[in-house]
Amino acid sequence: MSTQESPAAARPVWSLAGLRLGAMTIVPALPGMMAFAIAVGATEARKGFGLLDSFLMNLMVYAGASQIVAMEAWPQSITLASLVALALLMLTVNARMLLFGASLQPWLGPLPAWQVYPMLQLSTDPGWLITMRYRAEGGNDAGFFLGGAIVVWVAWMSATTVGYLLGALVADPRRIALDLVLPIFFAVMVTPFWRGRRRAVAWGAAGAVALLTSWLVPGWWFVITGALVGSVIEGFGEGRRR
Amino acid sequence: MSDLGEAGTLAAIGTMAAVTYAMRAGGFWLMSRVRLTARLRRTLEALPGTVVVATVLPIAVREGLPALLGIAAACSAMVLRRNDFLAVIVGMAVAALARAWLI
Repeated sequence: MSTQESPAAARPVWSLAGLRLGAMTIVPALPGMMAFAIAVGATEARKGFGLLDSFLMNLMVYAGASQIVAMEAWPQSITLASLVALALLMLTVNARMLLFGASLQPWLGPLPAWQVYPMLQLSTDPGWLITMRYRAEGGNDAGFFLGGAIVVWVAWMSATTVGYLLGALVADPRRIALDLVLPIFFAVMVTPFWRGRRRAVAWGAAGAVALLTSWLVPGWWFVITGALVGSVIEGFGEGRRR
Repeated sequence: MSDLGEAGTLAAIGTMAAVTYAMRAGGFWLMSRVRLTARLRRTLEALPGTVVVATVLPIAVREGLPALLGIAAACSAMVLRRNDFLAVIVGMAVAALARAWLI
């Protein structure tokens, strides 16, 4: 089944130059990302997590949006049942990460597993977006992904810690639109991916299905349904193009 | 069911981390067992855009006009200047101002 040797796809290379390029390309994404990380750290402090617990969560879970959602729904006392509930919550908010890995596979697939699987722990929304942009423009250096990922990791760990310590200073994140960092940041990152009318159909379908799902189904399933329907329309609709 | 007590928070964080890593690694692993056709490749390549649209639109609609204005301003700034940082700042400023004036 797994004969995916495509002669067209050259095996990705690793270089210091790629590492550096990835690290530099991610920099414009940092201020927005760090503002969000500060909000995550501040939420941890307000919800009464100890500094060590907060540090562990930021390090191991490493997924801000889902951490905020989980903390909003944090159980009074932790039982096996509440662990299952938390697991389901993480599943829905972070299922979009399945799509990150899936879209990296055609490119990074030829690399040995020991190089890819540890690195995947460092995949993030901005890191993935700049990597896909780099790849779409013909880049083939796996160091690009790692370089950006390391910078995001350092920025995230320091900004969440600062946010935790500041805690109360971001008392009303809504006033400075901090709660909108995620959608605004996403919209900006994806603007260069626009490719005219063909993309309009896929994006329109993704938006419509996501909206409909968000009205009908609680939780974060709308990301999954919208993205899958839109992408399948783009991928499989090619034959009918005039 | 019984309270897991002191270990509970650690167990919760561990659970969250395990599920999240499964998502990070799972898509990559799954696609390595599936034969990659041209259509599948195009589908995967379209994901960055559709994931973002599917995330942003429901949030923007739920948050109302200030969010929509902020996102529109951010995208316009990005098209005009091609500067991510500037675009994020413009977007947040417009959204914050719209909230202050409209609400």
